[in-house]
Amino acid sequence: MNLENMYQEIILDHYKHPHGKGLKDDFAAEVHHVNPTCGDEITLRITPNADGTLTVSYDNQGCSISQASASILFDQINNVSLEQGTEAVDHLIAMLQRTEEPNEDILGDGIALIGVAQYPARVKCALLSWMAWKDAAIQATGKGE
Amino acid sequence: MAQLDVAKIRADFPIFDRTVRNDRRLVYLDSGATSQKPRQVLDAERNFYERHNAAVHRGAHQLAEEATDLFEAARATIAQFIGAQPDDIVFTKNATEALNLVSYSFLNATIKSARGKALPEGASRFVLAEGDEIVVTEMEHHANLVPWQELCDKTGAVLKWIGLTDDGRLDLNSIEFTARTKVVALTHQSNLLGTINDIPAVSAMARAVGALIVLDACQSIPHMPVDVTELDVDFIAWSGHKMLGPLGIGCLWGRAELLASMPPFITGGSMIETVHMESSTFAAPPKRFEAGVPMAAQAVGLAAAIDYLNDLGMDNVAAHEHRLTQLALDELAKLPGVRVIGPLVATDRGSAVSFVVDGLHPHDVGQILDEHGVAVRVGHHCAWPVCRRYSVPATTRATFYVYNDESDVQALVDGIKAAQKFFGVGE
Ligand SMILES: Cc1ncc(COP(=O)(O)O)c(C=O)c1O
Repeated sequence: MNLENMYQEIILDHYKHPHGKGLKDDFAAEVHHVNPTCGDEITLRITPNADGTLTVSYDNQGCSISQASASILFDQINNVSLEQGTEAVDHLIAMLQRTEEPNEDILGDGIALIGVAQYPARVKCALLSWMAWKDAAIQATGKGE
Repeated sequence: MAQLDVAKIRADFPIFDRTVRNDRRLVYLDSGATSQKPRQVLDAERNFYERHNAAVHRGAHQLAEEATDLFEAARATIAQFIGAQPDDIVFTKNATEALNLVSYSFLNATIKSARGKALPEGASRFVLAEGDEIVVTEMEHHANLVPWQELCDKTGAVLKWIGLTDDGRLDLNSIEFTARTKVVALTHQSNLLGTINDIPAVSAMARAVGALIVLDACQSIPHMPVDVTELDVDFIAWSGHKMLGPLGIGCLWGRAELLASMPPFITGGSMIETVHMESSTFAAPPKRFEAGVPMAAQAVGLAAAIDYLNDLGMDNVAAHEHRLTQLALDELAKLPGVRVIGPLVATDRGSAVSFVVDGLHPHDVGQILDEHGVAVRVGHHCAWPVCRRYSVPATTRATFYVYNDESDVQALVDGIKAAQKFFGVGE
């Protein structure tokens, strides 16, 4: 069944046991993103560190894909620089649009999200937390356009 | 009462000739969002384009004459379906536009009145003052909520709402109408909860304070007999695409004297009486509210849909859906970890059945159902406040219509069980 490509064991694991869920009290930027068609929500906070890395914390509710994706985000881009995190977000988008091959060095478990690409309605779920991270990271570092 | 012959009905709908996701039979349980279309409707539209296509109410040629006749005959068919006069039916793009037409009548009358501009006779009923009240309910579709919020924002009127009971009904004790209550806008049947509201009770309350009543009939007119002469309301809005008709057409019915006293909403060609460089005067309803070349083919298609429903008999349609709703409620009640949001009994209840599955997000339930060929809707169904009221982020919703039968209910139940098994919940 195709579905098993989307709901791989790794994804279901992240969904059932999310990494890093829970908000930190100190933060420089906080964003709240929703997927208005299905009601998935995430609150995400960013704290810049002296070495230029960004600490992320989040709380969310939503479907397995959006929850797993946020957990993977925490694994991959907590405490990295704006540039490194942005590269990961851009690669995830490109992978889901099938314009780039999955790169495990960048996305780690996130390459398992490739199965989502065949269900256009779910791409938004997979991207919700990553878009929230990008938004908050830009605000926290004052590096907006 | 005659039982619907579902096999015969399904044969009229070309969409059921195809399969979905790995060659599965299509189990279409999303008619609440939009219904499928029978061949009769598609043929009527095609015939219009192939034989009679022209811009209606324009042109001196035979095709324009035929197109205009078909368009106006469609209006008459639609009017008759709800016991109304043809001139009291206004064609719109959909129910959303029909509801905005009414809310903008209030806004435009209020603005023009403040500037001392001429308004049609009787328009004072549409002029709002700061502190006037507009009442909706907590179960409205966004289409019958957001336009009223906007109207309040622009005029200083105050939005109030009728709350809901825990079992999904209107709580008429939750509010008192006052002399300031100018509009009561509510749905006939909730698209999320399935609740059929007691319109006579609400209109009695509204009439006692002189408020106008706007009914959202999107989920009632497709599913049960609705007669304007029996409902004590002032406006009724609905969409054609949820009742076997084409996309792109909706209707507003209004009391003749009210339509006559309303300023126009969308302006331009067709809706005028005279035009000068400085100013214009406007046509009588319904044309006043139908600017531009209208959707004649869709009107003809909608009339064909109504012929189709009339052949089935709306009493039979309602009885058929009632049986399926009862069955679905009974079957879902047997599933551990499944909870219906909305009335648990089929009395005064339509076929929209929303539910949550413990431990599973609706999106994931919908995905597994889709894999089994079962098309449902997931999310907040454009009624986000209802989800908040019942403390659920979203629901999965099945809706039943004339082409569904017991096997579709069974497919839903099997699909939910499969989802629980897949994710390892519900045991
Ligand atoms: C109760 C109700 N009101 C209004 C609407 C809006 O209808 P449309 O989107 O066709 O304008 C819908 C459709 O989803 C509905 O179910």
